[in-house]
Amino acid sequence: MKIVVCVKQVPDTEARIKIAGDKKSIDPTDINWILNPYDEFAVEEALQIKEKSGDAQIIVVSVGPERVVSALRSALAMGADDAVLVKTDDVYLDSITTAKALAEALKDMEYDLLLFGKQGVDDDSLAVGPMVAELLGVGCVTRVTDLTVADGAIEAKREIEGGAEVVTAKLPAAITAEKGLNEPRYPALRGIMMAKRKPIPEKQVALAAPKLKIRALEYPPSRQAGKIVGEGVDAVPELVKLLREEAKAI
Amino acid sequence: MSKPVFVIAEQRDGAFRKPTYEVVSEGRRLADKLGAQLIAILLGDSVESIAAELGHYGADKVVVAQSGLFNNYSAEGYTQVISKAVQDAGAGIVLLTASALGKDLGPRLAAKLDTGLANDCIGLSLDGEKLICRRPMFAGKVIADVEFEDGIQIASLRPNIFAPTAPDTSKTAAIENVAVAIEATDVKALVKEVVASAGAKMDLTEADIIVSGGRGMKGPENYAIIEELATVLSGVVGASRAAVDAGWRPHADQVGQTGKTVSPKLYIACGISGAIQHLAGMSSSKCIVAINKDKEAPIFEKADYGIVGDLFDVVPALTAELKKNM
Ligand SMILES: Cc1cc2nc3c(=O)[nH]c(=O)nc-3n(C[C@H](O)[C@H](O)[C@H](O)COP(=O)(O)OP(=O)(O)OC[C@H]3O[C@@H](n4cnc5c(N)ncnc54)[C@H](O)[C@@H]3O)c2cc1C
Ligand SMILES: Nc1ncnc2c1ncn2[C@@H]1O[C@H](COP(=O)(O)O)[C@@H](O)[C@H]1O
Repeated sequence: MKIVVCVKQVPDTEARIKIAGDKKSIDPTDINWILNPYDEFAVEEALQIKEKSGDAQIIVVSVGPERVVSALRSALAMGADDAVLVKTDDVYLDSITTAKALAEALKDMEYDLLLFGKQGVDDDSLAVGPMVAELLGVGCVTRVTDLTVADGAIEAKREIEGGAEVVTAKLPAAITAEKGLNEPRYPALRGIMMAKRKPIPEKQVALAAPKLKIRALEYPPSRQAGKIVGEGVDAVPELVKLLREEAKAI
Repeated sequence: MSKPVFVIAEQRDGAFRKPTYEVVSEGRRLADKLGAQLIAILLGDSVESIAAELGHYGADKVVVAQSGLFNNYSAEGYTQVISKAVQDAGAGIVLLTASALGKDLGPRLAAKLDTGLANDCIGLSLDGEKLICRRPMFAGKVIADVEFEDGIQIASLRPNIFAPTAPDTSKTAAIENVAVAIEATDVKALVKEVVASAGAKMDLTEADIIVSGGRGMKGPENYAIIEELATVLSGVVGASRAAVDAGWRPHADQVGQTGKTVSPKLYIACGISGAIQHLAGMSSSKCIVAINKDKEAPIFEKADYGIVGDLFDVVPALTAELKKNM
């Protein structure tokens, strides 16, 4: 079985995000780049499927500039077999442009299962997985918290408001990984050493024209400094009064 | 006249979800500014009887697409039917909810229509016919205004942000049934079963009041006091990742960057320190209350009101106080 995991490199979730001088992009200095946390779930799931099925190949693919190689190496260190860099200039790509680049790169690759993260924790688009699935004409289950692969099909569970859906699809199929799907492993030293040495082939694809553009970025309005109503149970009546009369929240 | 505004009405088991009213109302506001028609589409199996209600919220026309295949949601099926209806109508703007369904459908629809998608918007405005979508990025550390280069403009709206208008039963919509031409082979991913979660409570993303407990709760058994407070307030219970990772609460309850993004009227954080990843999920709440024994906890910087104290005293006292004058 061939499993392709699409991974994105994103700023560390602790990172302070600074808006660049053009007010339309992020200042990349001081950013510590990591493998998107949701993509760790996707890589882990691929590894678990491989461990169960015995013979599977896991290929991780990322679209981006040279620096995203380190995200690919993180996935290799976890245990992925191969990596492909779909190299672009260091520019902001909207989700449909990214999806088209991935679909283009995947066209001449074999895959039974396509794994994505639910969302990139940078632009929080939540879009690329199902977009690629639509472009390639495969079924896709998003925000999966439980997955089984058997008899040439998947059965996936996804949370919806007040419950869950159980969705089935024949392979090839795509899923996007939600937290809860698994616990990503920490790479072992051996894995890290192997990942360092692994050659990562580059693939060139023509980028389509973007559809969405950032007009302006700004910082969220800072919330007014809060009020400490008081200490302990004595403050409770006052809090209730404020919630009723000032905030009108209850 | 401007191109029509198109909205996707979300129903489950023959009833609209609350965010549907928000999306239709916002669609009406945009259509009024543009002098455009507002068309809603409703998909399902025998749902025609609820279509008229969308007129009360301002839809001029409701396209109803019924099929036994739509007994459950289907990404591929919905995409086919909606993309065709959007093109037939010549719509310039398509709005849907940023719900489990909307977040699944929006990207597929955008890819099918060869356009972009602004997911999880918290504000919409117009520059001529151009839709400007305000949406948080980087877990809310930055707010972006995004616009479309060309093509149909698709935006999903974060629940609980856009105000629904009061329904006006004197307003009616034209109902138009359309045939659904879908073969079973068009749908590869099929919903086999829908399981309701225990209690089938309201979803966090749609709740007006949320009471969340973090690591300060010390164990799963102590959530009873959080549940009681939530019950008195007709709210629902949330949790920090620390509580979820400890196995005290289900994943569905997690608020934050790798959990749910919520915007209730009132968010009460109990025994939660206010880590940046938690704040990412709840800082668009209208009113935030923090109960924490550490007066230096970062949550107090984001909270409108704080009580420094032991939650095991304060939370039950708060429940009792609220019960008093009800
Ligand atoms: C990639 C990534 C994603 C993440 N995503 C999320 C996310 O989605 N959601 C999330 O919540 N976190 C997330 N986190 C984790 C986050 O960084 C914090 O670790 C987490 O939010 C801490 O949870 P907490 O506030 O419950 O626990 P703590 O930080 O341990 O805080 C517990 C608080 O309880 C108080 N307390 C203790 N006892 C009492 C008492 N008796 N009475 C009153 N107060 C008391 C303490 O003073 C303290 O402030 C993420 C982290 C990473 C790296
Ligand atoms: N540049 C990229 N390269 C490879 N995969 C990507 C890229 N961008 C997004 N993805 C995948 O799509 C998921 C959702 O990302 P997004 O739509 O940006 O929120 C990610 O978790 C990845 O699995």
